[in-house]
Amino acid sequence: MDGVTVTALAGIDLDIYPGDFLAILGPSGSGKSTLMHIAGFLDKPTSGDVYINGQKVFGFSESRLADIRNKTIGFIFQQFNLLPRTSSLDNVALPLVYSRVSETNRKAKAAAMLDLVGLSERMKNHPNQLSGGQQQRVAIARALVNDPQIIFADEPTGNLDSKSGDEIMAFLTELNKQGRTIILVTHEQEVADHAHRTVYIKDGRIISDKISLKKKSSIAAR
Amino acid sequence: MNLHNIFDVSIIALSRNKTRALLTSLGIIIGVASVILLISIGEGLKAYINGQFESMGTNVLMVMPGKMTGQGGPGMTVNKLTFKLSDQLSKKAKYVKFVSPMIMSQTKIKYRDVNYDTSVLGLDPNYVDAMNYPAQIGRSFSSAEADRSAKVVVLGPTVVKKVFKLEDPIGKYITMLDKRFLVIGIAKAQGSALGQDDDDRVMVPITTLRGLLDTDRLNAISIKTDPEVDIDLAKQSVIDIMLKNKLDTDQFSVNSAEELLATINGILGALTLGLAGIAAISLIVGGIGIMNIMLVSVTERTREIGLRKAVGAQPKDILIQFLIEAVVLSLLGGLIGVAIGALGSYALSFFLQTSVTLWSIALAFGFSSAIGIIFGVWPARKASKLSPIDALRYE
Repeated sequence: MDGVTVTALAGIDLDIYPGDFLAILGPSGSGKSTLMHIAGFLDKPTSGDVYINGQKVFGFSESRLADIRNKTIGFIFQQFNLLPRTSSLDNVALPLVYSRVSETNRKAKAAAMLDLVGLSERMKNHPNQLSGGQQQRVAIARALVNDPQIIFADEPTGNLDSKSGDEIMAFLTELNKQGRTIILVTHEQEVADHAHRTVYIKDGRIISDKISLKKKSSIAAR
Repeated sequence: MNLHNIFDVSIIALSRNKTRALLTSLGIIIGVASVILLISIGEGLKAYINGQFESMGTNVLMVMPGKMTGQGGPGMTVNKLTFKLSDQLSKKAKYVKFVSPMIMSQTKIKYRDVNYDTSVLGLDPNYVDAMNYPAQIGRSFSSAEADRSAKVVVLGPTVVKKVFKLEDPIGKYITMLDKRFLVIGIAKAQGSALGQDDDDRVMVPITTLRGLLDTDRLNAISIKTDPEVDIDLAKQSVIDIMLKNKLDTDQFSVNSAEELLATINGILGALTLGLAGIAAISLIVGGIGIMNIMLVSVTERTREIGLRKAVGAQPKDILIQFLIEAVVLSLLGGLIGVAIGALGSYALSFFLQTSVTLWSIALAFGFSSAIGIIFGVWPARKASKLSPIDALRYE
């Protein structure tokens, strides 16, 4: 769409706190993915600022952003985005490669993560030898391997059957209980219901920002 | 990401597309192989000629008709070298041990029903000793035989092979210039270079050949000088005598073996470099091939690049990954090219002298890795500058 300016997001003012389990909910084309990409330092806003831990990110070098993506953030994608023809173990170890961890430590950490997601039997398998649910669990292991504060999940259940989807959501809930911030992007109310806070977004604007009633007590206790 | 890891990643990526990697390297393979081969032929030729001169000894002057400049061979001038001149030099030149005139002519030789075209060399018996060029089998002709213009002949090994096959030629008679010659020896093999076979000739006493050809012209005069005295003094003395005999400076040339060698080496060096330079053009074409396939590879792996960036790859990690792939491709080509070039040079060594030198291998390797880096930079930079989100969205 060269030459045509499309405003994906406008007037967004969103604070996300440590330990939040936040769902960004909206129909397709609402700008929710763009919001996640900007919040996840994959993309830069045309104008406006992003802060992380009180630090303004605007003007950070590519290399500094890569470092934040590497150590502070873990991504889970709808398409899994595993490297083809590469073993689960090597896929999980990938972020460690870029944080200069030695090969022995990489293998050990990646193996521990695969064990955590219940795939210790599948370390040598390539993505095409795994089911969708298993692939997404490998992706979760990869997102967790550098022990990030924040997990971004973009339609993590979008390509899965409901049973596998439920398993993945259970994982995310568990991770949040351990204190990690989870930011979930979805167009399904049912998926968003797992979160403690739901931001509804439409046509690039935040329509509502609600804290789920049943989870209110846990938020208040924070 | 340390270099070792990136290297592994590159190797794995390349090994997934073995056929493509090999085809991409083909340009470099051909370029490197031809550079190695051409340099080995040039160096072999140099080694051969240097060997010939060395066997002659260093205290040798060659007098030839026409002017010889540093840039080329004898010009087309009237041959003023005569037997009389040769005698004058023999009598009057200082610091000279002996003077040996030489005649050369094309001839047909016949043995039974075999006819063969070759060249006949009329030599002084002294020459054979002086130039360290004795008969390998049988003997060379003696001064006595030269004095009575005896019809004796020493055959070059190639002539023996072509005319006598497996027969022993010593003691047999061949017909040449309508006369019968007794074969008395087989010359030591000299080898050949670039199609010029120095064993494809026969040698007779110069007195005999002079009488048969009825000529007074010499093709060359070779002079052995006193090894105790500076060769330039002898050379000056020879030149003085030539001038006194009314020869102009452009009608003859006097060169020491070393000068001739330097001239020939100069020409060969320039020729070798020129040919290698032409071969190097195919290396550049090969480099463009690598660039092309690397650009394709970057496009194909856009999602992979996006993912690597999303999990924290620095732009320079991606740059180095693709650069190493390009360099590995070109080094792989270089390696196979060196192997093929060396094999080809070995195969050629059955026909002519070749010599694969270390510097030519180093040159080919250096050049091919430089090609890899130069032509790999653009695709690698393109990959490193991809925005992670655009790359992840790429279908």
